[in-house]
Amino acid sequence: MVTARDAGLVGCTRCGRVHHMGTPACNRCGAPLSSRDDTSLQRVWAWWWAGLIAYIPANLYPMLLTSTLVSNTESTIVGGAVELFLHGDVGVALIVLIASVVIPIAKFMAIAFLAVSINKRHIMGEHAQHQLFSVVEFIGRWSMIDVFVVAILASLVRFSVVATINPGIAAVSFALSVAFTMQAALSFDPRIIWDDEK
Amino acid sequence: MQKPVSMEEFAGVPLDELRACPHCDALHRLPSHVRSRAKAVCGRCGSVLIAPRSGAFTRIIALAATALILMVAALFSPFLDLTAAGMHSNASILDAAMAFSQGIMLPLSLAVGAFIIVIPVLRLLLILYTLVPLVAGRPAAARAPVAFSLAEALKPWSMAEIFVIGVAVALVKVAGLATVTPGPAFWAFGALVFVTVLQDSFMDKEQIWAAIDAGRAK
Repeated sequence: MVTARDAGLVGCTRCGRVHHMGTPACNRCGAPLSSRDDTSLQRVWAWWWAGLIAYIPANLYPMLLTSTLVSNTESTIVGGAVELFLHGDVGVALIVLIASVVIPIAKFMAIAFLAVSINKRHIMGEHAQHQLFSVVEFIGRWSMIDVFVVAILASLVRFSVVATINPGIAAVSFALSVAFTMQAALSFDPRIIWDDEK
Repeated sequence: MQKPVSMEEFAGVPLDELRACPHCDALHRLPSHVRSRAKAVCGRCGSVLIAPRSGAFTRIIALAATALILMVAALFSPFLDLTAAGMHSNASILDAAMAFSQGIMLPLSLAVGAFIIVIPVLRLLLILYTLVPLVAGRPAAARAPVAFSLAEALKPWSMAEIFVIGVAVALVKVAGLATVTPGPAFWAFGALVFVTVLQDSFMDKEQIWAAIDAGRAK
């Protein structure tokens, strides 16, 4: 398989057009050209750490503040799922746990695994890495669903003093964590996966 | 696309007739013609590189205009209505975006507003700006490359469809406690998501970039 780099050319990652090596910008779409993004992995790690750090307060602080006539409750992501579980809603509790805990942690692990195992072929083949990257890239934005659910509940459940739901500060750090991990995935240059292929 | 075998195959081929896969850098010769609904995939990593649809631009324009109208309808009509123990509460889409507007969470409100309203609308406008002159047979708009690049870059941040699923999850959560009645805005926003997904299925980057390039030469 001949790559653009092998042929002394550089391909535009935005529109696919091919240029001579050394051309600064694509003459069709204007994107800056580089044969390989050398800073890609650095930026992946920077966003990855930012995302992981933001994910900690997202779990420690309350996501929802529910006030009713008789009580005020603050629930964290895991706390909310446990409450649902004790309430008997096992199915909903599992969905919340998978969407807000399992998928974000799996995403962190997948990005770190890709960055560490790149070009280590005894661990994972090119096609499998390419697939894993596609899944991470696809699923990243869907984690924002939690923030939207909080927004909808908080704007909808407003029965003055009887029952009110307010958003907790964890929503902010959760949203930041999702945005940072999306940036980590977007910073990844998938072309380096294939560079060692014979 | 044809499977490239050796370096010699590319010797003397004009650069215009070559394409590199953005995902794995494999070099390919641009096929002279790809049928509508057919796909040209990368011979190495399998990514779809070209997937043209006949009459795509006209359809994209029609669908983008429809989506804009649906967004206006969704913003200015009732979204959700909640009834519990004789009490009423309702929220519009803007209310949902403004749910975090108290105190220090205000930036999150702005971000949510951007994700579900501003960025989807901006993408539609940029796509119309790019494609309308091309379909009308006029030269490409002066800033068409910038506009279409921005529309593509914003794609991951346009989250209207995620919001719709978020509404469904929220409805399940309050289902046991209260009765929720979806208003016209709910259906308009759902239709908007459907129309946007349909529009994206007609978008072929190679076809659009080639048209912008050809439109500039006029």
